[in-house]
Amino acid sequence: MRGIAKAFPGVQALAGVDLEVSGGDVHALLGENGAGKSTLMKILSGALQADAGTIEIDGVATALTSPRVARDAGIAIIHQELALVPEMTVAENIWLGRAPTRFGMLDHGPMVRRSTELLAQLGATIDPNELVSALGIAQQQLVEIARALSLDAWILIMDEPTSALTERESARLFHTIRGLTARGVAIIYISHRLDEIFAIGNRITVLRDGRNVVTQTVDHADRRELVRLMANRDVDELVPESSHKIGKPKLRVERLSHGSSLHDVSFSVRAGEIVGFAGLLGAGRTEIARAVFGLELLDRGTIYVDEREVEIRSPRDAIAAGIGFVTEDRKREGLVLGRSVRDNVALPILSRLARLGIVRSRHEHATAEAAVRDLRIRTPSVRQLAQHLSGGNQQKIVLAKWLATGARILFLDEPTRGIDVGSKQEIYALIQELAADGVAIVLMSSDLPEVLGLSDRVLVMREGRIVGEFTRADATAENVMACAVGV
Amino acid sequence: MISRPTLRRIIAGREAGTACGLLVLCVGLWIATPYFATAANLTNVAEQSAIVGVIAIGMTFVILTGGIDLSVGSMVALAGIVIGTMLQRGMSVPMAVLAGLAAGVVAGALNGLMVTRGSLPPFIATLGMMSVARGAALMLSDGRPISGFPEGLRVLATSRLMGVPAPVVLMLALYLFAYLVLTRTVLGRYMYAIGGNEEATALAGVDVKLYKTLVYAISGLSAGLCAILLVARLNSAQPIAGIGYELDAIAAVVIGGTSLLGGSGSVIGTLIGALIMSVLRNGLNLLGVSSYLQQVAIGVVIIVAVLIDMALRRRVQRSTRGSA
Repeated sequence: MRGIAKAFPGVQALAGVDLEVSGGDVHALLGENGAGKSTLMKILSGALQADAGTIEIDGVATALTSPRVARDAGIAIIHQELALVPEMTVAENIWLGRAPTRFGMLDHGPMVRRSTELLAQLGATIDPNELVSALGIAQQQLVEIARALSLDAWILIMDEPTSALTERESARLFHTIRGLTARGVAIIYISHRLDEIFAIGNRITVLRDGRNVVTQTVDHADRRELVRLMANRDVDELVPESSHKIGKPKLRVERLSHGSSLHDVSFSVRAGEIVGFAGLLGAGRTEIARAVFGLELLDRGTIYVDEREVEIRSPRDAIAAGIGFVTEDRKREGLVLGRSVRDNVALPILSRLARLGIVRSRHEHATAEAAVRDLRIRTPSVRQLAQHLSGGNQQKIVLAKWLATGARILFLDEPTRGIDVGSKQEIYALIQELAADGVAIVLMSSDLPEVLGLSDRVLVMREGRIVGEFTRADATAENVMACAVGV
Repeated sequence: MISRPTLRRIIAGREAGTACGLLVLCVGLWIATPYFATAANLTNVAEQSAIVGVIAIGMTFVILTGGIDLSVGSMVALAGIVIGTMLQRGMSVPMAVLAGLAAGVVAGALNGLMVTRGSLPPFIATLGMMSVARGAALMLSDGRPISGFPEGLRVLATSRLMGVPAPVVLMLALYLFAYLVLTRTVLGRYMYAIGGNEEATALAGVDVKLYKTLVYAISGLSAGLCAILLVARLNSAQPIAGIGYELDAIAAVVIGGTSLLGGSGSVIGTLIGALIMSVLRNGLNLLGVSSYLQQVAIGVVIIVAVLIDMALRRRVQRSTRGSA
């Protein structure tokens, strides 16, 4: 790809980007959100057309006018946002649009057989006859990957393929990637996780503001340097050291049980303490948060806030008890994207901001302005629609929403998923500021360095139980991982 | 009452396009047939728009929350028959009117409960109610129109306020009220939030089921209000009244730019949409266009209006997606 440019009304997304990928290479594409990675890949996969520039495949200039043309040219893409049909089976999704037929009827036999092979290659034990809607996010991601593999593409674009995968699943994926490159497939790999890029990448291209910054081989790359190049400012890749005073017990949960997902889970969090939950996907971390927040009916269990027993049957009860829940799926559960920053921040406390059912707009405005200031949300105004902000700023709105309720206990489920490095750091700093302010924080994340870096105490979950507890000093990646997988 | 920035937003917003459409339509008709612009005709147009205009308010609320209400036409008939029956049995006008409104609210609330507690898709729940309410109206009236009402009811249709017919005044007052509800109140904000993202709204501690039920009850209420206007105007309550009103109301909402997916739109748009529908009907009548062709024309307008709306939306989206 040479001199690729693309402008959207008001934004020059790409201003002459070059990218050269060789067969057998894993070429990592780095850049903050908004750097132009996704736009570049949409152009390569035929979903968008460039305003200027040329694309050559095997030295032949090719016009990729539609996704279909791109696919026929041997280009496949694994989307970051899952693009599966929930009400169809795994196999049907993998072969969607290209299903093998016999006498005009779907031929299920070969479809299921090939699907099983592809999924096995990824180390996934997913029944191809299962409906996609019955799968978790990680499994859906594996199906998405299997679909791209089924295309037998020569150029494979992977946009954050591991964002929902566990370390083990990621390792299997990397193994598959190595197999593909050995066959000469070129892979363009987009990820925010530097560890992964160093693990499987050969070459790295950094984009910033729609331009090339650097292309180098991984052997010559330096982590700190890359982060600096992406952000164009010095960022400390590690979580800033901070000391916060840990106070009285704030939340205590006793013997929480829920169906087959939670068994006798007991833990406590003190004011100003950050307790991290580690574990493989599906170990029950999210379920704990949902249970305490009143989204799941408990079979058994008691919840104490400030050492007083509270009954929580709905999110409203939880909010009244001073609990906030930043959910893992920001777009689906966290925000009303089509509404303004102000409306989102005010949503849980609207009735408090109103008199006789009429919203006192000055109060509301002031609340939102204060949130934007306190959390350093970058937005032209509080009237800006949430959907127009970057992932990091959207996540800050979700945080602001809960802080506005006066929550002193915060559950954070994957608080930095899909967020660029710079914003991640800001979120980390905010989490620590909140702890320093005496908020009790429960952090759930599959990003192990994140859990280890932030938590005062780490609890490890496996199959719905808490199977280990580590102090900050003992919580090394090896210890925690070993405990999570049960060795 | 409406601040300057608000006014500016309205002018810059999507309602402006719809309003321009209405304006162009009016000017065109004025040129084509001078009679169109006479006070008598314009009054007539406004009066005609009042009937569907009133139910379109409730419909806007329902659609904003991501639902649909197919039963409004039947609820109009049911509420009308309740009013007629009560008057026939010698009840006073205010009491009969209240009974009619109550019938609408109850039927609407039932819709809401079916949707929220029974988890029925709104389309199915209100499709059922469409038949149930119509059947109830036919049963109550034995299938016959009820007529011969006291003057007290007729006044609602015939009196004028500074030359403006009472139904039009009522409609405009209701639209102003609905506008304030949507923009200023907790209820209004919740409606947009529920339509925009129901799950996130529930997680924010909002009792989504309660508010959705309320919205369907409001739709029933607006059907009741419509029934009052209709009965007063015809001086008779008919069990077959209001057939097809649900589609006219949905059309007004959609022409007004409210998204059928919920979460975005306004009652001002709906008011303009309702006016476009009745101006179009009136104009085509004046031009002597056959009623068959009129149907076609109205259908085309609905489709074109939504096409334009979608094209505009897509352009806005494209301009913001570059940052992804």
